[in-house]
Amino acid sequence: MTSNEDMNSNPFPPLSNLQRLAISESGFVFDPVSGHNFTVNETGLSILRLLQKDTDVEPILSQLSNDYDASLRDIERDVIEFASVLRDFVGD
Amino acid sequence: MSDEITVAITGMNAKPDNPGPGLAVARCLRESPDFNGRIIGLGYDGLDPGLYLGEFCDAGYILPYPSSGDEALLGTLKTIQEKEKIDVFIPCLDAELPNLVRLRPSLEEMGLTVFLPTPEQLRLRNKDRLKELADHAGIESPETKSITSAGFFYKCQEQGWSFPFVVKGLFYDAQIVNSTEEATEAFRRIAAAWGFPVLVQKLIKGEEYNLTAVGDGEGNMLGAVMMKKMAVTSKGKAWAGISIDDKTLYDASAALVKAISWRGPLEVEVMRDRHGIYQLIEINPRFPAWIYLSAGVGRNLPLALLQLALGKPLPEFDDTRTGKMFIRYAEETITSINEFEDVMMKGGHSLTRPQDNK
Repeated sequence: MTSNEDMNSNPFPPLSNLQRLAISESGFVFDPVSGHNFTVNETGLSILRLLQKDTDVEPILSQLSNDYDASLRDIERDVIEFASVLRDFVGD
Repeated sequence: MSDEITVAITGMNAKPDNPGPGLAVARCLRESPDFNGRIIGLGYDGLDPGLYLGEFCDAGYILPYPSSGDEALLGTLKTIQEKEKIDVFIPCLDAELPNLVRLRPSLEEMGLTVFLPTPEQLRLRNKDRLKELADHAGIESPETKSITSAGFFYKCQEQGWSFPFVVKGLFYDAQIVNSTEEATEAFRRIAAAWGFPVLVQKLIKGEEYNLTAVGDGEGNMLGAVMMKKMAVTSKGKAWAGISIDDKTLYDASAALVKAISWRGPLEVEVMRDRHGIYQLIEINPRFPAWIYLSAGVGRNLPLALLQLALGKPLPEFDDTRTGKMFIRYAEETITSINEFEDVMMKGGHSLTRPQDNK
């Protein structure tokens, strides 16, 4: 369950780890430090693009609320889950 | 490199599960526009494929096994040298290094230039002294212990050694063991092949990363190439990998090279856990079998070693290129029984480059 408490601490990997990622238009992502690669869907791709500029949660939630027809609660939950997967791939 | 020089390279074995580095070293040189020399492939088995591959070697010869003694090795090298006039000698196998480092004055007297560590430098990176060196360089390393009896495995749990862990040869070979029986069998096999002591090492879980470079003997690490293994053979050797750029791995390796003023090629093997902490697994005193990736990323390390050995300016290294992959494949070469006979009965033969046949 998502709560405000979850969002109070930044759930994303450090900005420097995200900015080093090579992201292709197809959603293929390569981390040149760890050598890991993974794929993201269209939504993941747009979140990653936003994260490479700033890892503040609020602007991302706001942008996703504008782009997708879903409740803020659902968006928060999905973003938290995505952040957890990202930390596994690019380190925290 | 305008002068035509002759380079001898060992490690021409290439069994798919555990290939030697020699062919990849030869390929780095042969394909470089800056190399215009001859390559002499040296192997230990009549079925080493590099002894028959004219596209990479101009001649192939058999050497006596290191256990045959100095006289046999120097005698064979002298015979080859009289015919081939070798300028630079690049050994590529772990088991050769102790003898060749010790015999360096005799090799140089023969006219074979080498760029090798000193016996002391080689001793400092021995697998049984890994922790000492890792501590010096500020990198973690798994607990390692030298043993001389399989009796250790019957009481190891009392000493804090729970299965699984790794049984390793002093020079080469490693096997993960899960029981006393398995450990005893591995101990006997490895001791028979590589002698005593046998090492046991705590098993580190994580992903394997390697770095290869050349030490200039003055504490500097040159042309580092880093790689993450993407697929391995049944013997844990890289089958596919991708170039990376990790400052932590670079700095730790540079510190290792500086700590012992390493002279010559090397490969640093580390495991990386999910928090990014590296554990030093071993340091190999030679190029790895995946060294062709160095040419692929614009840092031809065999060529750099050659230049260092000849006292010439180093080739320019490209900036680090990440995301370059290698995928190894097995391939057959066709030869004749006459060629095989030459290798087995005369100790070697000359080869013809494929383009010369056109």
